[in-house]
Amino acid sequence: MLSICRKPRWSPYLVGAGIGVLSWATFYFMGKALGTSTSFVGAAGAIAGAVAPEHVAANAYFVKEYGAKAGATGFKPVFDWQMALDFALVAGAFLAAWLGGTFRTERVPSVWAERFGPSVAKRYATAFAGGFILLFGARMAGGCTSGHGISGGLQLAVSSWTFFVSMFASGVVVAAILFGLAPGRSGGGKEVTRV
Amino acid sequence: MFEHFFADPKTLLLGALTGLVFGFLLQKGGVTQYNVIVNQFRFKDFTVLKTMLTAIVVGAIGIYAMLQAGLIGGLSVKAADLGMNAVGGAVFGVGMVLLGYCPGTALAAVGQGSRDAAVGVAGAIVGAGVYAEAYPVVQRTFGSFANFGKITFAEAAHTSPWWFVAGLALVAIGLFVWLERRESPRGRPASA
Repeated sequence: MLSICRKPRWSPYLVGAGIGVLSWATFYFMGKALGTSTSFVGAAGAIAGAVAPEHVAANAYFVKEYGAKAGATGFKPVFDWQMALDFALVAGAFLAAWLGGTFRTERVPSVWAERFGPSVAKRYATAFAGGFILLFGARMAGGCTSGHGISGGLQLAVSSWTFFVSMFASGVVVAAILFGLAPGRSGGGKEVTRV
Repeated sequence: MFEHFFADPKTLLLGALTGLVFGFLLQKGGVTQYNVIVNQFRFKDFTVLKTMLTAIVVGAIGIYAMLQAGLIGGLSVKAADLGMNAVGGAVFGVGMVLLGYCPGTALAAVGQGSRDAAVGVAGAIVGAGVYAEAYPVVQRTFGSFANFGKITFAEAAHTSPWWFVAGLALVAIGLFVWLERRESPRGRPASA
């Protein structure tokens, strides 16, 4: 058990199957579907609520996501099942990286640096803007790659597959604009003739 | 404004346990790496698609089997408000390539030391807040003109979900076989 945990990388099929089985457990034991992005609304609401609670309490979207069930007033806990999951994602990945010997501080990923240079400011500015757009889109769509992509996908939800196809198509276009059209195999090595 | 800021301890413990396993798996799978995610959109690395499709097929088999056996009460399907799903998905795709992580993998990437992911998480919280402000306008513009409710493909087609699960499994396996052959042109076995 420990030896496999020390491996830096697992097969995507093993990891995918593990996430699939994890989703069985969340449905069966917790009556929940894997998801991560609603809690970003909770976090924003909690932070803004510390300064302007009336403003947040009057926000239609915050009420939609965190308002108490019909008949009751007030709000459901913001630090809920999913928020605990989100915090634990950081810890789980740290554990995996630490055991696998892959933990390292990284500011500018290599594929980014090859294309846009080593500037940390440039990378951080884009990451911030990207995160902003990412969550705006996720909340608009009603979920992200976890809630729609995995949980909704496996339930055969029409909403989720619409999101998945649209997200992937958009990402391919943006990646082509940013990195140019250079199809090929991994590593950016020279093309190998298909047989 | 919150009567209870925290949910009950059992709920939090179960959520934390789920996140711990989820984060561990994502990191071991390599999908917490900017390079892996961006290269999926460039068709240079198919790790993301392999992971997601396997999770979907394995998950679907278990969930529909449990539903049929009466072991789970019901599904948890999000509303098919197609204008919102499609436009939101397109916006999400832009953000995902710029950031190089999705919300869950960004959080997990923070745990492996990726500082750019932490900056992305900060941007994401701000984005969520701004969405909450913009919600009425966005909803009026893109919402409800194509809302079919919380529906699955099996329900829409009035047929057994197993046809879709089987079809999805066949497509996924076919794609995986093709990808693995393509990635090992000289017949060397793919790394385990």
